[in-house]
Amino acid sequence: MNTLSGYFRQAGTALRFLVFATLVLGVAYPLAVFGVGQLIAPYQANGSIIRDDAGAPAASALIAQAAADDNGVQDPRWFHARPSAVSWDPAASSASNLGPNDPKLLEAVEANRSAVSAAEGVSESEVPADAVTASGSGLDPHISPEYARLQVARVAAAHGLGAEAVSLLVDRHTSSGLLAFLGQPSVNVTALNLAVAAAAQP
Amino acid sequence: MTFNTASFVIQVAALILVLAALHKPLGIYLARVFEGTTHSRPERLFYRLAGIDASADQTWSVYLRSVLAFSAVSILAVFGLQRLQGVLPGSGSLPGVDPWIAMNTAISFVTNTNWQTYVPETTIGIFVQMTLLAVQNFLSAAVGIVVAVALIRGIARTKTDRLGNFWADLTRTSFRVLLPLAFIAALVMVLGGVMQNFWPTDVTNQAAGISQTIPGGPVASQEAIKELGTNGGGYFNANSAHPFENPNAFISLFEVFLILLIPSALPYAYGRMVGDQKQGYTVAAVMGTLWLTSMSLMGWAVAAGQGNATAAAGGLGEGFEQRLGAAPSAIFAASTTLTSTGAVNVAHDSLPPLAGGVAMVNMMLGEVAPGGTGSGLYGMLILSIISVFIAGLMVGRTPEYLGKKIGPTQMKLAAMYILVTPTLVLALAGITVLLPEIMANAPSTGPHQFGEVLYAFTSGANNNGSAFGGITSSGPFLSVMIGLAMLLGRFLPIVLVLALAGSLARQGKVPASAGTVPTHGALFGSLLLGVTVILTALSYFPALALGPLAEGLLK
Repeated sequence: MNTLSGYFRQAGTALRFLVFATLVLGVAYPLAVFGVGQLIAPYQANGSIIRDDAGAPAASALIAQAAADDNGVQDPRWFHARPSAVSWDPAASSASNLGPNDPKLLEAVEANRSAVSAAEGVSESEVPADAVTASGSGLDPHISPEYARLQVARVAAAHGLGAEAVSLLVDRHTSSGLLAFLGQPSVNVTALNLAVAAAAQP
Repeated sequence: MTFNTASFVIQVAALILVLAALHKPLGIYLARVFEGTTHSRPERLFYRLAGIDASADQTWSVYLRSVLAFSAVSILAVFGLQRLQGVLPGSGSLPGVDPWIAMNTAISFVTNTNWQTYVPETTIGIFVQMTLLAVQNFLSAAVGIVVAVALIRGIARTKTDRLGNFWADLTRTSFRVLLPLAFIAALVMVLGGVMQNFWPTDVTNQAAGISQTIPGGPVASQEAIKELGTNGGGYFNANSAHPFENPNAFISLFEVFLILLIPSALPYAYGRMVGDQKQGYTVAAVMGTLWLTSMSLMGWAVAAGQGNATAAAGGLGEGFEQRLGAAPSAIFAASTTLTSTGAVNVAHDSLPPLAGGVAMVNMMLGEVAPGGTGSGLYGMLILSIISVFIAGLMVGRTPEYLGKKIGPTQMKLAAMYILVTPTLVLALAGITVLLPEIMANAPSTGPHQFGEVLYAFTSGANNNGSAFGGITSSGPFLSVMIGLAMLLGRFLPIVLVLALAGSLARQGKVPASAGTVPTHGALFGSLLLGVTVILTALSYFPALALGPLAEGLLK
């Protein structure tokens, strides 16, 4: 009996502890981070939103933006993002979670390889790994510089731009320095496509 | 993508340097917090509001009762409020959470596991994330730390039945340690690109004709404590692979640093509290050796990049983020499974088979290198007690640990502790593989399918929370089974640790004699290392052979 009433007393303390701890840790703390964040880094705190020339929000620099049809085939006028297990839907995020020996993954990789090879007019052996594999989040906006280079001719032709001008844009949107060393050199396709659109404007 | 060995080595070296520089100041600070007797003004107000007598020194059984009562109330509150999500503010149009998912999630966050059977984007709104899940990230981490502190007091104190006050320990750990560190970490994350707002943003790429709704949320505040408290529950489904949780390779490394920060400083606090710094350094050296060995194996296994599909793709890529790449993913995968974190920046299910196997072994070691906040230290101290017992058998003396006799009672408690997780993992995984309709939840085939099930229960019972994500665990059966693994895997060891702490505190100190086995130095460290590895190997080798070893070694 003693133990039981002890438990009830402890449970009452626990509940009050939880309520007041929640006010500090679950309300005041996130609001303080929000307040300071909006003050010191509003761009990052609000999702790294890139605006177009008119000042309207056009994309998040951190989220893939792919113009794809219902079959997942991406619009040939633009640089293509990596394959996605969630069809690049920012309201979702997931990897394929297929094992490295899974026949379904093998099939998907081979299908992606033929598709990229056909779309870019290059041999299958020239297609890099990131072009045929789905990212961990399904929202990865980055591709390898090799994959970007394969796409330059196609995108340049679609917009009536010179291949050199487009290559320059690719270089400008490739990570470098410490971030590229800690991670790896990567091209931000979301930002790159917006730059291509701006360059193509008459 | 290729594995950049230079980048891998430099990042591992940088982590070691920074943690080595910080372990002492943070360890001293931690020890001061745990040994403090004064209460600050806000703390006194907090105690008065919550009705806590912070000066009451509790026996081990009252301390335990407080831990269990607090955790039970937390589980009920997190479960109940998830069910009520539909009528709570700040939840968008999301309805109440499915009861099985809500039950599993409540257990998961209160036990510091953060196994996620739910898809956050479509299941859980800002209210539940911020006021329930993130709060448990703080409190479950603090519970792990205070249980370790109670064990340290049991070792350090003599001829007393008192271990301290749970509520005061919990308050101090939450507000003096976790909150200030999390606040600083969250601001670093915001500067690095992690979002922190409360609204979605509609964006339109006019030229390409794409409209998207970019989600919003208090991500940075949750991400900071998720890593710092070795919790691991992602704000988004893709966890730390999601660009908003982990926008670049610098933040990825920073997250690994946060994961390791408190667990790597606790041994120093331990040495200080028992008045013998060599004890703390011996524990830290064993943790560090295991961490570095496992990290190297993970790097090697990822770099080797085995797998038919990986070969067909021309290299690693599936499940990896391009901006992070192979080396940061290996560093993260090793650190998240050597602690009880379970956050992931790469899809573990798609890792090369032996890399997935290393992740499993890391958890099977009991997550002691350096382990979860608090749980890593108490796990390592239990292994130390087993090691002195084995050494005592060899020299034919009654074993002692820091002047405390390790008699039949202590050994029974330590042995039961060691048996809890292997029993849970192997029994529950064994039952599951016998049920074909449940196995359909793991859509893979052959050894990889077994690996998905073994990983799930290893992760649950060790309170890790990472997953081979191919498995669908949201149905009633797996929700209950993994819920049981998490619940028993957390609280049975805590019961045993606190009982052990109580039995040690009652003893007087036996003066060291010529026959006492020293529990510091290279000799004892090697023994402890050997015991840790051999216990794991004996328990799990057959299961590993059927899963990742079969997949990785056979062609």
